[in-house]
Amino acid sequence: MQPKTLKETNKFASAGRSAGQASPSAGVAGQPAAVADAAPNSAPQGPIIPLTDNHQAGRRVDLSSGKYLKLWQGPQHPGITGNMSLELTVSGDEVVDLRTHVGYLHRGFEKLMERRTYIQNFPIVCRICVPEPDFNEYLYAATVEELAGIQVPERANWLRNLTLEMARLASFLQWIGGQTGAFGMGVIGQWGITHRDYVLDLFEELSGGRIYHMYIIPGGVRGELPEGFEGRARTVLDKVENLLGDIERAMFHNAVFKDRAKGLGVVPREMIDSYGITGPNARAAGVARDVRKDQPYLLYDQLDFDVVTASGSDTYDRAWVRFQEIHQSLSLIRQMLTRMPKSGPIHTQLPNPLHWKIPAGQTYRRAECTRGEYGYYLVSDGSGYPRRVYVRGPSYTHAVALMESMAVGANIADVAGLMVSFHTYPPEIER
Amino acid sequence: MNTSYQYSYTNIEELLDILIEKGSVEKKLNAQSVDQQAPAAREPAPAATEQASPAAEQQHPTAIGRRQVQSSDLAFVTVAPEAARHLILDLRDRFGFTHLVLLTAVDYIEEGKFLLTYLLHNYELHHDIGVQVPIVRDSAETAGDRPAEADPDTAASMESIHDLWAQAGTYQRELKEMFGIDFPGSPRVDEPFILEGWDEVPPMRREFDTKQYSETTYFPRPGRSTNDPADYMRQKLYPKE
Repeated sequence: MQPKTLKETNKFASAGRSAGQASPSAGVAGQPAAVADAAPNSAPQGPIIPLTDNHQAGRRVDLSSGKYLKLWQGPQHPGITGNMSLELTVSGDEVVDLRTHVGYLHRGFEKLMERRTYIQNFPIVCRICVPEPDFNEYLYAATVEELAGIQVPERANWLRNLTLEMARLASFLQWIGGQTGAFGMGVIGQWGITHRDYVLDLFEELSGGRIYHMYIIPGGVRGELPEGFEGRARTVLDKVENLLGDIERAMFHNAVFKDRAKGLGVVPREMIDSYGITGPNARAAGVARDVRKDQPYLLYDQLDFDVVTASGSDTYDRAWVRFQEIHQSLSLIRQMLTRMPKSGPIHTQLPNPLHWKIPAGQTYRRAECTRGEYGYYLVSDGSGYPRRVYVRGPSYTHAVALMESMAVGANIADVAGLMVSFHTYPPEIER
Repeated sequence: MNTSYQYSYTNIEELLDILIEKGSVEKKLNAQSVDQQAPAAREPAPAATEQASPAAEQQHPTAIGRRQVQSSDLAFVTVAPEAARHLILDLRDRFGFTHLVLLTAVDYIEEGKFLLTYLLHNYELHHDIGVQVPIVRDSAETAGDRPAEADPDTAASMESIHDLWAQAGTYQRELKEMFGIDFPGSPRVDEPFILEGWDEVPPMRREFDTKQYSETTYFPRPGRSTNDPADYMRQKLYPKE
């Protein structure tokens, strides 16, 4: 394995991409020379597979040539977070083609929601994206409230905002586990997962559930902060802050991590819009977009934070952006604990949920989750059941179109790290 | 005010007016509608601004020419299928709606239509516009057990936008699988995306009954028997009685 040449390979590949051209010559673009255009007279001996990457449209590889190998990474693979598999075509240790396969976790939630009342859907939505249930709860509640014309008490908004930031913190701590584990630094991952558990303890105390909280409901939130919660939350935040110092030294100043992550998976600026890339993946390319700033929801316009950006747009920079956002999340939670009103109503009286009909209409609401833009599109036809609920998750494009494009030219050993660096959660792809 | 694009506008109502005045929508409003049964729905937009009347909001979402301003940054407009691609291209390249947020469908089975929604986002002004396109569900009724969508000549279909956004192909693959809407030319559109070996009605269609499907597919399972709890306990505890 020669990381140097690989990086050059990636650079060339991205240069070709940014100019919007198909690789003019296989050798120069870093593709193995054996990737040949399918010539009609070449008389293939075995299965010929077309390449999926848009930039190589029309190019095919001949599997019977002996130069290529099909390799499945996942669904049972420690380098895959969640239930997803990557079908790789490799030449030597270099990836020629990648196809993302999902469907191992399809639960048909969008269909189920069409046959359930608005309040019955509430325990379903949190399960759509397992590691980050709160964004689903908030967005479902927000769309329903918008169409039904329900006002939420101010204190409920503070509590909602608090849980969203705690969810961000928990999710990022889990991501550290994936990112470092993929590069063979499992110990750092265990630190992250342990501290995520401390955050989950807070959630358990707040809502009764560790993973699925079902705390944000239409009309407000389900319960008050427990006695002494603020003090315990601050203790956890301090613990996490201490840990971040260790992680910075052990991960970001680590020569192995730098060597493997720098220059891996460079997403050119031109791809951001044409691939629908959002969140830290876009911010690492220098695109300062954050729904929390651009279209502030809840109380983000009253809180003090900056949009973190980087310029390298590689795996290292994406990790760095996320790392800074963990710091930011700690600061936001502290600000909220300090400024939150200590008393007041937390829920609006809802109509009888069994006879609750919502006026016909449609709306879309978005929020900034840890991976980018998360959104709910809700259509009501005036009955007691939603006509359609569509969940827009950022992994839908990051794990399929983007991953299939960026993996080409990478080393097999880097595929897991690359995938985690896009921070993909398969459950939200299939829903 | 967005300045880097050909057309500038300040609020979303103005955008809808510009779209209609510029003829990019107008042409489509006059274009032949797919829906031959509902001529009322495809009345040509007379004077574009009259479209803003409350009546337009009252129409069914599948009525061509309907416009709905949901909030100061979100609006929906319904256009004919022939016009949709042109309008989307205009919005992307001339109005700065460079982000394809989502592409999905709603099944209005009672109208015999699917309503496709292309939600586009403008990053400069942070506006969203939902371009909604009614397409005929199937031009033939289900023949026997064979779902009509299995026949390419009669299946619901729509022009593909996979060349405008790289992720659009994935959305179209899912729509093909879940709703049976074909997007000819879209990459890998016929490959299964989430389901495997599915030969029933596409599951997100309204006529697909989840409960009935699971009852007929999974129950009763061969080799399983069910006992009445009371009888079973009596037999176990007092076998001689």
